[in-house]
Amino acid sequence: MNDFRLNRRDFIKRAGVATAAAAFPLSVVELAFGAAQDKFTFAHISDAHIQHVKGTEFVRNWDRGLIRAVAEANLLTPKPDFVMFGGDLAQLGTKEELDHGAEMLSRLRHKTYCVMGEHDYYLDLGEYWSKLFGPHYYSFDHKGVHFVVLNSILTYDEWTYNRWPTARQRMLEMAGLDNPNGSPFMVGEKQREWLRADLARVAKTTPIVLFSHSPIQKLYKGWNFWTEDAEQVQALLKPFPTVTVIYGHVHQIQYNQVGNITFHSVMATAWPWPYPQSYAQAEHAMPKLTVPMNRADPFFERDATGWQFIDMDTGRVMMDYNLYNNTSRVVAYNPATRQPEDRVYQDPSKRIPPQDHY
Amino acid sequence: MKAITVTATLGAVLLAGTIIGFLAQADEFTKKDQERWQNEYMAVVQKGRALWTSAELGTKGVACAQCHPNAANTHPETYPKFQQQLGRVIALREMINWCIQQPLEGKPLAFDDPKMIALESYIAYERRGVRMDPGKH
Repeated sequence: MNDFRLNRRDFIKRAGVATAAAAFPLSVVELAFGAAQDKFTFAHISDAHIQHVKGTEFVRNWDRGLIRAVAEANLLTPKPDFVMFGGDLAQLGTKEELDHGAEMLSRLRHKTYCVMGEHDYYLDLGEYWSKLFGPHYYSFDHKGVHFVVLNSILTYDEWTYNRWPTARQRMLEMAGLDNPNGSPFMVGEKQREWLRADLARVAKTTPIVLFSHSPIQKLYKGWNFWTEDAEQVQALLKPFPTVTVIYGHVHQIQYNQVGNITFHSVMATAWPWPYPQSYAQAEHAMPKLTVPMNRADPFFERDATGWQFIDMDTGRVMMDYNLYNNTSRVVAYNPATRQPEDRVYQDPSKRIPPQDHY
Repeated sequence: MKAITVTATLGAVLLAGTIIGFLAQADEFTKKDQERWQNEYMAVVQKGRALWTSAELGTKGVACAQCHPNAANTHPETYPKFQQQLGRVIALREMINWCIQQPLEGKPLAFDDPKMIALESYIAYERRGVRMDPGKH
């Protein structure tokens, strides 16, 4: 607990430094993006993968990750305005897993929103999840920022409705990250039309933050670090100068800038995933901008997992990765270079050996 | 007459066997042989992949592939190496057993268990083309 208090003091200190350092470019931001926004913070927890063993038993390791994130988020000062849960609350989408996960999330003392993950969806196509958490996609406004939540883990109808003899098999096929029987994620036409109509009501100067489970960019298809209609969704966001997309699914630190859109991934609370460059047979398009998280040490069961708090100064995201067995990382939009950058490690001369993935 | 025929046939079979024995030279093989041997290996790789993605090795439903899709982040080309967390040089199979015992909460495999060989075969196959780099952390 002491360590964590220290982290929060660091966070507040860092936030102060960030504001001071950004003083000059901030005026540029104001010109480009309209009125200064109210400052606020929110927390983001993702990919808990609560996994039912039998009876009342769940996989202990994954439980501990979510319990810790919830407990720590409850201690945040300043108090976050809300918490976003980024999807994959369950491992195989069962009522037991979703109930157990929802019970743990219910201990959050903040307003909580949820994103749909494929592990929540493909057993009953999100029916029970909806009973617990509400609609699969929606938007809300908060202190001058327009937030959008998409269900980005849909796929082709033939795969979803016609290919598998049972719902359980469909779930198992999609649950295997590297399973060649899986299918690419997509937002789909219906939801894109909804997004078009939703954004039509929003002033172009309004900062947009879009949450999805999968990255709305094409990084590596083999593990669905991918959204099939990413370009079409990006096109809908193009008229807005200040857009941030925050996604889960990848269980690792990623960030990128594509035109007007700043991308940030979030950590999992359950377990880390390798970077695609660690798979010798993979052809990937990982962002060159990303300074990777440290390689995971399996002897520390929470290493390379974590959660994040996010500072929404000026409508841009400062992502503070709270890493359980590592030094925290901060990735924030740099108005001078117009891209997200790690506050410590972005300069290649500052990289450290654990960031070398192979 | 019948007995003589049988003897002659047996003799011919033995002679043929001897000739074939001589013909099967140690260093001569065909593309067909290579294909067969590769298929034998791939059959074991497939068994390894099946184990990798199943809950069979553990007791809690957790599979190797959950943390290691396509066996990534296993670095077989770096073993044997000094496993800093254990403080000694180990072979990859010891880390395989560590994972079976810790995150999977299963029983370790004998080092020559066909399942262990299958897991090693699968891990190595996914890493094909990467140069050997023993000792690298």
